[in-house]
Amino acid sequence: MAAVTSPLRACRGILKELRIAKGSDYRNTLVYKHVLEQFRRNQVTGEQFCRARMDALHAARTYLCLLTSTRMHLRLHERYHARGDRALEEVAGLVGLRLPTQPGGKGWET
Amino acid sequence: MMLRNICRYQRQFGQVIWPFSFPQGQHVPSLSTHLQKAKYASGTTERKKFYENVSIAQGEGGLFEINLDKRKLKTPGGKLFTVPNEALAIAVATEWDAQKDTLKFYTMHLTTLCNTALDNPTQRTKEQMISAALKFLETDTICYRVEEPPGLVELQRNEWDPVMNWIEQRYNVVIGSSSNIMGPQIPEETKETFQQHLNSYNLWSMTGLEYVITQLKSLVLSFGLIDRHLSVEQAVVLSRLEEEYQIQRWGNVEWVHDYDMYELQARTAAGAMFVHLSSESTAVKRKILHD
Repeated sequence: MAAVTSPLRACRGILKELRIAKGSDYRNTLVYKHVLEQFRRNQVTGEQFCRARMDALHAARTYLCLLTSTRMHLRLHERYHARGDRALEEVAGLVGLRLPTQPGGKGWET
Repeated sequence: MMLRNICRYQRQFGQVIWPFSFPQGQHVPSLSTHLQKAKYASGTTERKKFYENVSIAQGEGGLFEINLDKRKLKTPGGKLFTVPNEALAIAVATEWDAQKDTLKFYTMHLTTLCNTALDNPTQRTKEQMISAALKFLETDTICYRVEEPPGLVELQRNEWDPVMNWIEQRYNVVIGSSSNIMGPQIPEETKETFQQHLNSYNLWSMTGLEYVITQLKSLVLSFGLIDRHLSVEQAVVLSRLEEEYQIQRWGNVEWVHDYDMYELQARTAAGAMFVHLSSESTAVKRKILHD
């Protein structure tokens, strides 16, 4: 199984994130073409340890981390922090109480 | 706003134009500036996604611009939004493209960084940023060691010492760590070495680096990340070492721990990308084949 640091894993990860973000036409986006071009460009090298290749891999992993983290952060935000306050009746209902009803309306309401 | 433009039209064409005589669909010049001011919204109202397509274009001086449908993106300060290279432009365009229904600016970290670099709302110079970064070294997370509990002491030693060794070797400096409240004494030569190194950054890269340092709460870790010695995930774990230790002991609370971790990762990754893209030149190096 390829390590998470391999270029293949990084490329696949980025493309998966793009597909999640954009839907079915992610292949037409600028970023898709750019990412593939970057990966292709760094493939051919005669060196065993190529500085440019390591730099490109680090950049790819950083971008993958950016895409994944923003998505996960947004997901957790929507799930836990986006609802706002409960209504007053609901809050009272949480502990089994009901709000008092005043058929004549409250004193300060016209 | 509307009234002022109507008066302008009045003067131009010399006829009386009633406000209601403008047909509904007409493009009024004031509309674009009005939209642009409201583009970034206030703290409480949300902006709806008002565009379909995002594209980039190369303008004057080789700088790249972002287009939302037909409109050019501007910064909150009103300047034209420009970035120095195509890769950064594409990344920013992707952030805008990924928005659905409402615009969530707190997910658009690269855009925010570009806006800060372009507008520079607090008018900071590169020298101010460099001296602030060097000052930060005195309160660097890596330098502050606890004395108990022993598990955390050992964890700090095992995880932070290698990074400290790396940076001291790489830059030929002495930093050291301390476990008292005063913190380490940073020698002047160390500061000078780092200052020289930081001088080589341009304004944009320095903005990004300052952002990363603020997020990770450590200059050492930021250098480790920017010099590509650490990955973003590793830097974040090292920055949150004590939290990770407590999570191991007491358990993980998703809506606090994971939430904070993902936010820190996203911001740090954006900062690192911003630094790298702002300092790269897209020159293609061709190797000469030796026979």
